[in-house]
Amino acid sequence: MPFACIFVPDFPVEALLRAEPALRPQAVAVLEGKPPLQKIFSVNEKARHMGIDPGMTKIQVEPCTELVLRPRSLLQEAAAHAALLDCAQSFSPRIEDTASDTVVLDLSGLESLFGSLPKIARAIARRTSGLGLEANVATASNPDTALFAARGFASVTVVPEGKEAEHLGNLPLEVLFSGLNSPTPPAEAVHFLETFDLWGVRNLRALCALPEIALSERLGQPGVRLQQLARGAIARTLVPVDAPLVFEEAMELDHPLVLLEPLAFLLAHLLDQLCARLAARALAAQELRLQLELDNGFHFLEDVPAEKASQQASKPVPASADAVVGPGRAPARQQNASRALEAPLPKHSSTFIRSLQLPIPMLDPKVFLKLLQLDLKAHPPGAPILKVLLSATPAQARTIQGGLFLPPRPEPEKLELTLARIAGMVGADKVGSLHLLDSHRPDAFRMQRFVPAEPGGQKEKTDDVASNAPVTALRMFRPPLRATVTLRDGKPVHVVFAKRKELHGEILWMAGPWRFSGDWWEQDGWARDEWDIAIQSSVAGRQSPALADHLPGISSLALYRLVHDLLNGHWFVEGTYD
Amino acid sequence: MSSIMVDIKAASFPLAAHTKSTALLKQLSGTPKLTGVTPASRLEIRPAPDQASSGITQIDVLTGGLPRGCLTEICGPDCSGRTSLLLSALAAATRREEICALIDASDAFHPHSAAAAGINLERLLWIRCGVNSLSSSLSRKRRPATSLEEWDRRRMEDPVEQALRAADLLLQSNGFGMVAIDLAGTPPKMARRIPLTSWFRFRRVVENTPTVLLVIGEQSCAQSCASLSLQLQKSVFGSRFPVLSGQPSSNGNPSCAEQRPSHTELLSGMGIRAEVLHARTERKPVQTATAAFHTEAAWTG
Repeated sequence: MPFACIFVPDFPVEALLRAEPALRPQAVAVLEGKPPLQKIFSVNEKARHMGIDPGMTKIQVEPCTELVLRPRSLLQEAAAHAALLDCAQSFSPRIEDTASDTVVLDLSGLESLFGSLPKIARAIARRTSGLGLEANVATASNPDTALFAARGFASVTVVPEGKEAEHLGNLPLEVLFSGLNSPTPPAEAVHFLETFDLWGVRNLRALCALPEIALSERLGQPGVRLQQLARGAIARTLVPVDAPLVFEEAMELDHPLVLLEPLAFLLAHLLDQLCARLAARALAAQELRLQLELDNGFHFLEDVPAEKASQQASKPVPASADAVVGPGRAPARQQNASRALEAPLPKHSSTFIRSLQLPIPMLDPKVFLKLLQLDLKAHPPGAPILKVLLSATPAQARTIQGGLFLPPRPEPEKLELTLARIAGMVGADKVGSLHLLDSHRPDAFRMQRFVPAEPGGQKEKTDDVASNAPVTALRMFRPPLRATVTLRDGKPVHVVFAKRKELHGEILWMAGPWRFSGDWWEQDGWARDEWDIAIQSSVAGRQSPALADHLPGISSLALYRLVHDLLNGHWFVEGTYD
Repeated sequence: MSSIMVDIKAASFPLAAHTKSTALLKQLSGTPKLTGVTPASRLEIRPAPDQASSGITQIDVLTGGLPRGCLTEICGPDCSGRTSLLLSALAAATRREEICALIDASDAFHPHSAAAAGINLERLLWIRCGVNSLSSSLSRKRRPATSLEEWDRRRMEDPVEQALRAADLLLQSNGFGMVAIDLAGTPPKMARRIPLTSWFRFRRVVENTPTVLLVIGEQSCAQSCASLSLQLQKSVFGSRFPVLSGQPSSNGNPSCAEQRPSHTELLSGMGIRAEVLHARTERKPVQTATAAFHTEAAWTG
């Protein structure tokens, strides 16, 4: 039964380089601890060549001008680990989360899908690299041998079955133990290594050559187990985990970010990583959630109660929603979703949340970036940004093939961008499709998000409807025009519009009144009389002399809907028939 | 530039100029660019565009339908049936399962009329431009902008400007069966300020696409950019058109109001006459082509 292991050497540094790929050619060291007692926690290969080792103090390494120092980021390490799991899960459903920098996969039955073991190993390495992590990949007949080979050999290694001891023989003994590169290595591992060093045992071949009984007498069963591991003779059972479908990427900033333009660069990078992870799992994003931790020392943002914010976070947001949460009061869902957010927020900080609900699952980082930019332009955070957290709600990718004979439709991604741009211009509540409400109240409709109906849903008989006469349309005046009306025998005979002086005069024809009322059992009840009136218009009929000559009287009449509000007694003109 | 220099020298040195101009003509005659120009008589005739039904049989008979990939303009005064024709065209398009967009520059769209006209509202994108800025800009006397940013901000608040930008974005995104720009509520003075280059750009963008670009307004503003221009005029209106056939009474009023109580009257619809002002498909219109149709109020069966 073949296994593969993905091991990321110098994981804290790799997690950092994943967020800042520009630093990859340089010597980088990760610091941990509180100033001024910061120590080197992890270094990359180039820094190691310069003589920088974990455990050194910041003051010791500061003279190295070529060395780039960065504080350790648990957020980025968590995101890198999740990316590692996503990569493994994209190949095999049975994966073991061995350590933060190590994942073991069960490759049983994958040969028919991906080819031979070397091909699988190369594909895994390629995909890991695509996710921004440089990892060692090894395959072997048991998990531990794959693990040691991944720790010991760079790049891709394939250990043939039955030749484990031969392949692992040249590896140093350190590969048997994890956590040796940290400033505080495990005491048991240090003890074993010191003992083997005293005996002159430097590599696994020498360990395998030791007599088993003598080894047992001196080091006990742990020593024997180490020897069996070195021989590749232990076939343990994998402990599979189900990688959660949590897609989050985060970045902590050294200095607060004030402008939105540099934020776009960060978002572009985070979106690339997020989309790569989603693509690795054959998923797309249904919702994007941007959470910004703001340096809100001046408290000029209005705080929203935590309950309200958590409600907004848990329930589906209609189009997009934002919330600013006060210090230490992050919504419950965020606290559960990310380990990094479990830490309390800094004293003078608040959280700014924007949520973008997408009409269909999408996976285009450029579209996401533009949507976020437009959204942030319309709803700026209002304070310097300390931390950026971007998360995506996954959904099955769209698999629709357009029909050859169906009418053309706008591309969903393009349409979403267009709608966002138009919404930025006229307002988000002014764009969309309308939904008529079940009410007789005038103008009873609601604007809703425009999601084009799928073709072929309902077939209508075009010919039958087309043969009918068109409907006389009403053009609304929003807001309605106030009018002064002269009554005679309870009927309007003269009307003057307050704001359009050119429209006034005797009412030449009328129909009505038509009485409507409703919601009288509510506080906002309404009751009105409607009249259809015709008055002489000074503007109508002035354009087409041919038609006006042909129709001398009627063409200069204008039809209006006159409304008398029975509750407050006001008269106004609601619209014109056109 | 070189020819101008030759002319200047020709005034002072005729002999030298004659030699040079002869050489220039000789060189021009051998230019392959000029020999490669196709005469106008041999130009290929542009194929007639596909046409979509407007939803009104009489209009379809008159015009052949609304041309796709072209700009169609419907103009007429208030109460001339422009909006009724627009709703009818949108209803026909949504019945064909096309996605339509209505850019409403004056926020005058009446949803219940649209539903009664048979528009599938799920396939209609409604963009309401300048909800408040139009009335404020008309009524309030505004100070001149003091800075470029202020001028740009005010320009973006202008509903006509918003409508043009929205139309530009929608046409660029492709895939719409019909994009309608409703400028009927915009004063002609403002509509005339729309630069002709905007209409040329729209015509160019919509060309070779299956989109019908429809503009309604009080006066024609797209002019030669429109492939089809229709002028509408109301002919009759009233209760099943019994007496209101364009014959006013002696005092100039329609006579039916004197005959019956007003609550027994019903606005049943309007009679509309349409005239083709300009059609690119028709090369030489021999005579004025008109058609008549009538609309029915939403309550009528």
